[in-house]
Amino acid sequence: MLPKIIMTPEDIRRTLARMAHEIIERNKSIENLVLVGMRTRGVPLARRLAATIASFEQAEIPVGALDFSLYRDDLARLDLQPIVKSTDIPVNIDGRTIILVDDVLYTGRSTRAAMDALIDLGRPEQIQLAVLVDRGHRELPLRADYVGKNMPSSRHEDIQVKLTETDGVDEVAIIAQSSLKEGQQ
Amino acid sequence: MRQVQQKDTLTVKPEAPPLLWRHRHILDLDDFTLEEIELVLRTSDAMKEVLSRAIKKVPTLRGKTIASLFYEPSTRTRSSFELAAKSLSADVVNLSAGASSIVKGECLVDTLSALEALGADIVIMRHPMSGAPYIAARYLKASLVNAGDGWHAHPTQALLDLYTIREHKGSLKGLKMTIIGDIKHSRVARSNIWGLTTMGAKVTLCCPFTLLPAGLNHRQDQFPKVTIEADIEHALDGADIVMALRLQRERQPSGLLPSIREYVRLYQLTESRLAKAKPDVIVLHPGPVNEDIEIASSVARGPRSVINEQVTNGVAVRMALLYLLAGSRQL
Repeated sequence: MLPKIIMTPEDIRRTLARMAHEIIERNKSIENLVLVGMRTRGVPLARRLAATIASFEQAEIPVGALDFSLYRDDLARLDLQPIVKSTDIPVNIDGRTIILVDDVLYTGRSTRAAMDALIDLGRPEQIQLAVLVDRGHRELPLRADYVGKNMPSSRHEDIQVKLTETDGVDEVAIIAQSSLKEGQQ
Repeated sequence: MRQVQQKDTLTVKPEAPPLLWRHRHILDLDDFTLEEIELVLRTSDAMKEVLSRAIKKVPTLRGKTIASLFYEPSTRTRSSFELAAKSLSADVVNLSAGASSIVKGECLVDTLSALEALGADIVIMRHPMSGAPYIAARYLKASLVNAGDGWHAHPTQALLDLYTIREHKGSLKGLKMTIIGDIKHSRVARSNIWGLTTMGAKVTLCCPFTLLPAGLNHRQDQFPKVTIEADIEHALDGADIVMALRLQRERQPSGLLPSIREYVRLYQLTESRLAKAKPDVIVLHPGPVNEDIEIASSVARGPRSVINEQVTNGVAVRMALLYLLAGSRQL
């Protein structure tokens, strides 16, 4: 099956602009915010959201990158072990409002791992979750606070997010899993 | 307007496809490719970040048991492995030859199968006989990490040396590394020569010929090519990295050196000799140091020395190795 494009570069830009507005609206003051991208594609998304918020509010928001590989619950089950990268959050997260940013929300296990990783770094006042695509099939009691696009999907399909920073192109596609390499998700 | 400093590490670059880690055991570096060594070093970067936190612990190896089995004394390697395992939340069992059934005459394979029966997932072993880990690995279902075997290999030490060099020099390609001292009896030197050559550095060995290993530069498939230089000042000329090695008198038969005093006079790494090397040279030593024998104490504690960094980095590198081993499917 050929990949079906569900978000174009324009869609992604507009969606992120709307999410940025929602973040500003919900949090009233953005002074306390820290955007933390979940590696890999959450990081460029966090940067874009921060840049968009900065253009609306004339204030810079700190952006960090979080690698949650060391907190995963499925290390022994994966065919390809994830490459661990550094976590790099430029500010102390104690008492801050953290917005975790990821590309796709699926089972919720990555989010669980990312929250554990964050809490090991300090005691944030709040953690909120922003995702570009929510594809359903949660295995944990979690929901996102900001959703770019709800995309009900079958477990046999995969949602593939491509971003200019990591993949050279902005695009979200839905793709039959058999045509994907294992271990990509 | 608040200014926030953004570090460059946040920039996400397109990724190379993930590598398949194919080592169930870590016995030596002779079977590591350049990409595999780089994977270890990059993973070590992430582990170093964990060690810089207020709470130096991640839950990655919860429920795994790591046993260390040391048939020889050790300060750094053993405590470094223990800290690495504990930082990854593994359970650790320590056995030393003096305080276990080994003194009652238990053979290696029986001790190992007992450790396995106790549930060890990874065994870290140091043994005075070269090659002992290769025999052990044949009988083990657990992963084995060689923490030093006789004169033969000490791969985790070599990897932490490579990591320390990379922190200072960026790339190792084309760098000149001079190793001075008792190379014949040094498992550290052997594993380092493999690792350094794979990373593209050029290795010069300097010592009295009685302390050179046999068969150097004889067969390319058995050992990488090295330069041999008896004169220390020539050997140090233009060096980017210098490693001094201890005279392993516990392993040396008599008659290899006329006297320690002569060795000190001809081969000690002193400040005036180090001046022959590049101005930004770094000095490594795997420890323990015999001060003012193989290295002047002013050099060992001087500004060019990275000896303490080696020890610190050892924990991060060993965490990376334990993580990579635990992910291999068979475990």
